[in-house]
Amino acid sequence: MKAAAFDYVKPRSLDEVLSLLQAHGDDARLLAGGQTLMATLNMRLSEPRLVIDITGIDALRGIGLQGNVLRIGALATHSDIEHSPLVAQHAPLLKAAAPHIAHRAIRNSGTWGGSIAYADPAAEWPTCLLALGGTVVARGPKGERRIAADDFFQGLYATALEPDEVLVASELPVAGPDHWFGFQELARRHGDYAIVGLAATAKRQAGVLRDVRVVLLGVDATPLRVPAAEAVLEGRTPDAALIAQAVQALRDSIDPLPDLTNSPDTKRHLAGVLLQRLMNGATHGALAA
Amino acid sequence: MADLYPIQVTVNGERRQCSVQPRTHLVDFLREDLGLKGSHLGCEHGVCGACTVELNGHIVRGCLTLAVQADGGEVQTIEGVSRSGVIRDLQEAFVRRNALQCGFCTSGMLMAAKELVETQPQATRAEVREWISGNYCRCTGYHAIVDAICEVLQQRQEAKA
Repeated sequence: MKAAAFDYVKPRSLDEVLSLLQAHGDDARLLAGGQTLMATLNMRLSEPRLVIDITGIDALRGIGLQGNVLRIGALATHSDIEHSPLVAQHAPLLKAAAPHIAHRAIRNSGTWGGSIAYADPAAEWPTCLLALGGTVVARGPKGERRIAADDFFQGLYATALEPDEVLVASELPVAGPDHWFGFQELARRHGDYAIVGLAATAKRQAGVLRDVRVVLLGVDATPLRVPAAEAVLEGRTPDAALIAQAVQALRDSIDPLPDLTNSPDTKRHLAGVLLQRLMNGATHGALAA
Repeated sequence: MADLYPIQVTVNGERRQCSVQPRTHLVDFLREDLGLKGSHLGCEHGVCGACTVELNGHIVRGCLTLAVQADGGEVQTIEGVSRSGVIRDLQEAFVRRNALQCGFCTSGMLMAAKELVETQPQATRAEVREWISGNYCRCTGYHAIVDAICEVLQQRQEAKA
């Protein structure tokens, strides 16, 4: 199908974007990579009067180290992240997760900021942001504010962003020498919408895991932290018995939403399989990379 | 109706100045305004890959890119890369291996394959399969397509050695 008619504007400054958002409210949509918006426009699931193209705004670009955080600009594409040496060094979880995002032609266009602001519960970036304990930088008419990933994802496609705010960037804590991570995802074919996925991070000191974060994608309305599994692993050295205990805790504590082909029980089972795989890799020192 | 928006795009090396409706996506612009019918529209929501073209040196989904977003940019289509000869080896391998039947997906397949052989000359067969998983073929079942791309990877490696 073809998109309904809309007006188009490509502002050169963030201030201009903010005043357009204030003037047009829900009649306007922001366009970055367009890999979700364009599909919904073509299918007429979305019919905005005005499309505001933010790709001309340099303040939203770039991946850079700022002190002890890695700042990823909203307009960084999935391919930019996949191939960034800074990301590989300071947030290797993202490099591991990137190849799971759709296909190359889509990764060349789709953006970090778009994925996080859209907050698809089966998307990789929101899950990774939460697993890394990152922060969203948003700018609105009242200025800039920072929102912790733990507070950002509020419901199905719903975030803490106000309607007149723009996601500017995200900040991720830089991986230290004791950084431990893994990423696993199941899809029917490579690049398809995920059935279930899992990102985990911790600090590993002398074999012991601390500050464990276990986050599932594709099971709930938002990326889902699993405190029960985190608690089993926290402060312990993973062995077969502990991993089995964590898998059980994860399965017992989640209540997955079904999708078209997978029941809640199937997803509960698969989520446990992914944690098992991730932890097995970890105990052998060969983390998903 | 929304106002027409003036754009200037270099398509296959030729500078074009046009006015488009903002809602027009890149492939409709190429096909209907410029008459370049080699890029195809299958699903029109980013799934099938038949619309794959290059924008500023990277493959994109032409149906998920607005023509106005190509303003000031460079587009390469199957017509351009066929004329310049940069994928002649891929095209010949596709023919030799029977890697097409109806041909609808072929221009997108070739555009995707071009970026693979150029950016990952060492790609394995598994990586080739993964790469083209973003392009649907409903005739051949992919095997011959993968064969053709692997053959070109090997030829280019040998030519370099």
